[in-house]
Amino acid sequence: MLGFIARRIVNYVILASIATVLGYVLASATLNPAARYLGRNPPIPEASINSILNDLNINPDTPILERLGIWITGLITRGSLGQSVTGNEVTADIVSRAGTSLRLLIIGSILGAVIGVALGVWGAVRQYRASDQVITYSSFAVLATPPFVVAVLLMIGATNVNRASGQQIINFTGEYTAGLDGGFWVIFGDRLVHLILPTISLTIGAVALYSRYQRSAMLDVLSADYIRTARAKGRTRGSAIVRHGVRVALIPMSTFFAYSFGTILTGATITENVFSWHGMGEYLLQSVTSSDINAVAGTILFTSILVLIAGTLSDVVYAALDPRVRV
Amino acid sequence: MTDPVLSVRNLSVTFNANGRRVHAVRGVSYDVQRGEFLGIVGESGSGKSVSSLAVMGLLPSSATVEGEILFNGRSLLDLNDRELSGIRGRGISMIFQDPLSALTPVYTVGQQIVEALRLHDRALSQQAAEKRSIELLKIVGIPHPERRAKSFPHEFSGGMRQRAMIAISIANDPQLIIADEPTTALDVTIQAQILEVLQSAKDLTGAAVVLITHDLGVVAGNADDVAVMYAGRIVEKAPVLDLFRRPVMPYTIGLLRSMPNMASAASERLVPLEGRPPILTVVPTGCPFAPRCPAAIAECLDGEPPLELVKNGAGVPDPTRAVACIRHEEIEDGTLARDEIFPRPEPVPVELRAPQKRETVLELRDMQRHFPLTRGAVFKRRVGTVRAVDGVSLQLEAGQTLGLVGESGCGKTTTIMEILELAGAQQGTISVNGIDTATLNRTDRRALRRDIQVVFQDPMASLDPRMTVEDIIGEPLTVHDVKPAEIRRKVAEILQLVGLEPSFAGRYAHEFSGGQRQRIGIARALIVEPKILVLDEPVSALDVSVQAGVINLLEDLKDRLGLSYLFVAHDLAVIRHIADRVAVMYLGRIVESGDADLIFSDPRHPYTRALLSAVPVPDPEIERSRSRILLAGDLPSPTEEITGCNFRTRCPLYAMLPEAQRVRCETDDPAQRPVAGRDVACHWAEVSEQLVA
Repeated sequence: MLGFIARRIVNYVILASIATVLGYVLASATLNPAARYLGRNPPIPEASINSILNDLNINPDTPILERLGIWITGLITRGSLGQSVTGNEVTADIVSRAGTSLRLLIIGSILGAVIGVALGVWGAVRQYRASDQVITYSSFAVLATPPFVVAVLLMIGATNVNRASGQQIINFTGEYTAGLDGGFWVIFGDRLVHLILPTISLTIGAVALYSRYQRSAMLDVLSADYIRTARAKGRTRGSAIVRHGVRVALIPMSTFFAYSFGTILTGATITENVFSWHGMGEYLLQSVTSSDINAVAGTILFTSILVLIAGTLSDVVYAALDPRVRV
Repeated sequence: MTDPVLSVRNLSVTFNANGRRVHAVRGVSYDVQRGEFLGIVGESGSGKSVSSLAVMGLLPSSATVEGEILFNGRSLLDLNDRELSGIRGRGISMIFQDPLSALTPVYTVGQQIVEALRLHDRALSQQAAEKRSIELLKIVGIPHPERRAKSFPHEFSGGMRQRAMIAISIANDPQLIIADEPTTALDVTIQAQILEVLQSAKDLTGAAVVLITHDLGVVAGNADDVAVMYAGRIVEKAPVLDLFRRPVMPYTIGLLRSMPNMASAASERLVPLEGRPPILTVVPTGCPFAPRCPAAIAECLDGEPPLELVKNGAGVPDPTRAVACIRHEEIEDGTLARDEIFPRPEPVPVELRAPQKRETVLELRDMQRHFPLTRGAVFKRRVGTVRAVDGVSLQLEAGQTLGLVGESGCGKTTTIMEILELAGAQQGTISVNGIDTATLNRTDRRALRRDIQVVFQDPMASLDPRMTVEDIIGEPLTVHDVKPAEIRRKVAEILQLVGLEPSFAGRYAHEFSGGQRQRIGIARALIVEPKILVLDEPVSALDVSVQAGVINLLEDLKDRLGLSYLFVAHDLAVIRHIADRVAVMYLGRIVESGDADLIFSDPRHPYTRALLSAVPVPDPEIERSRSRILLAGDLPSPTEEITGCNFRTRCPLYAMLPEAQRVRCETDDPAQRPVAGRDVACHWAEVSEQLVA
């Protein structure tokens, strides 16, 4: 097993490198960082622009491969992803923002997975009954709605709640209330309140998706002979379904969970922007709009690492859940 | 008489699917006494499984169950799922048909037995339950139970899984065990083992057993009483000996006569039971068997006959025998003779027979097919060899049937696939019509394909559901550039030849019954007028009653068209019936081959002896009086290296030999040699009579 994981990790390092190099080349070839300094009043002299661009190693006049070489050397020798156009180290930006994103993502993914699985199982067990139909159609409705619409609707709802109660119960702008004073619990409570809406908006989408997959995985399992065997042994229907059914239906889901954890980042881009969270999603969007090549390449590296961790995780979880694939 | 363990009264099960009602079980009543062994026999769709799932309360929610089911006097239909769960597994336990899918793949076998134990005995500690589960595995004959308890179901063979199922079912000393086709998915040798285990489990726990099966041979040896089901009802019930000796219901008579029998002469033709059981979407108004019954009279269609007690010679009703036929009195007193109801069909008249030439049409010489077993993703290295076919020599003469038998995994299918490939062999030679297939080019190979055709096992899976019968049957001709009009004419002709209406040409495969579909499969093979037909288990997926019709058809076609058959089957009774010569295969080798009558009457290889003795005979007296040669364990994996004779790991003769003689089996790989008129690959074939069957 350990050898297997080691081999996987070597594979993934190669894959992540390829993805990052391609990302860097693509960003360098398409983005125009000089545009940021043009058309200013008073105009910035071309020599200064060039020197800024040279300092940041993003000057389009330098051949891409040369810039790539410098960037990779910096990454390997100093662990630096270069500087962003704002002058910060990209690594520092990513570290400070990743925590914000991951907090949102981890809570959202876990909640989404748990609720999604539960609803999927419930829908499969009650196939074609009213409750199943309600779950099915609501999921389709959520899946068909763009994430920002869901977020805006949630904000409208929260505003109404606040207005009705006459108090600011639900805060939904930013990660915390700026300038709030108080002890640990006050700060903690404040952050928690700020988490509510973005988490709900992430969770709703995840639940809708997971419940669909879980339902079909569960339907396959429900008619299996071993459920009947478990009941013949003396398990009640519900207990047989949970102990023998859900346990088996989770096996194909594990791959799906792991990978969507890696890719949920794109969904969080919109959520973070709508709720003004300064996370990785917002960072990617900002760096693209400000033609910040180093930041874009750094984000791509970060995302590819997340996806590959998810891949390893899914293999490990799969093997843990299914004895048939263990080597 | 004490109260019965199980008493089923007027049980009806109706399925309600998409507004269509299917009356699967209609008014079934029976009792199971303490310690009794009841056999329930019926074809697929007769309601035999549904009625016992109703007893367990395991039917899907689309089923409506009516009537009364009393277990120890307690009405099961009034209980809710929780209360029933207390009885399931403790009072009544069940063994299912398919051991492959009946165990949860993600828990070890030990865990699943422990689960069954602890569900009903909360006070039992985990350790004690584990200890008991190992004991149970030992009881059902699993070697190294301590180690095997930690294995997952996929690491067990089919027979071992079924043993584990039996271990689960007897874990809580139930009073009643329901076994639903427990041996159908298994080989005969394994079937014999499992039936033995079931019998000893019954003796050990004193439980009553209800054995559900389609195989009359299986009930003959074990059951005390037998109930025959047809179209959702019990149509005859009697003690086992009476049922086989003096059946009263024409359906039972037909079923018994349609079975190929190991004990009877091979030359006798089988009696087909034409037609198919009614589809139970409407309740039959007359006797449901009347459309297929040769003894049906006008009155048979006036209302369904009730299940009545049979009167004996003195006119006194016999409480042990019941039948649902209005003519049962005539049949019982002999005015309507049993063998006249289903007369044996005549063979093909001599003038229609194709002339026979003695020539070899198919010859394998020392054919081998090994598959490499590799490890590693990037650098593949060979870690072993699967010796699927390991030096097989066969000869098939024109107009003959060669039966190829053996357990699953012995290499039968690989052998015929190698032949059908028409591309030579890995080692050795394959000659069709005297031509070595390794020497063929593409055009020759296509031309030769006309001479050798195949019929597959599963008539449903081997016919394209989106093609009409005409397209299916005519397809081989399109490969050989035949004009559409000509194809149409030939299809009509061939449909008639296989006993189907030419007007069926426009229909789809799903509109036909299993037997009819297999006839379509045969027609597709025959349309190119081949000389050799390879039949891969052609009747094993069919119900007994239609099997006879297909076998008779194959025999007629052979006589009429002068075909040669290579007939692959695991059912020895069928082989005995149809084959002229037999080759017995074990682990990629032929262990005994020769004239069919000779081998069946006097087998010399210990494996052939064991195989023959494992086949259940549909005759209770023969079945009970003989002792079986049971083979130990499963077929070894073809990757194993066994020195000397590869059968010695399971050989009952080897186990009996004195030490001095064993050495030869261990060191010397036996080659085929002529013994008493056939070829045997055994050093001690002359003394194999020591094994008394």
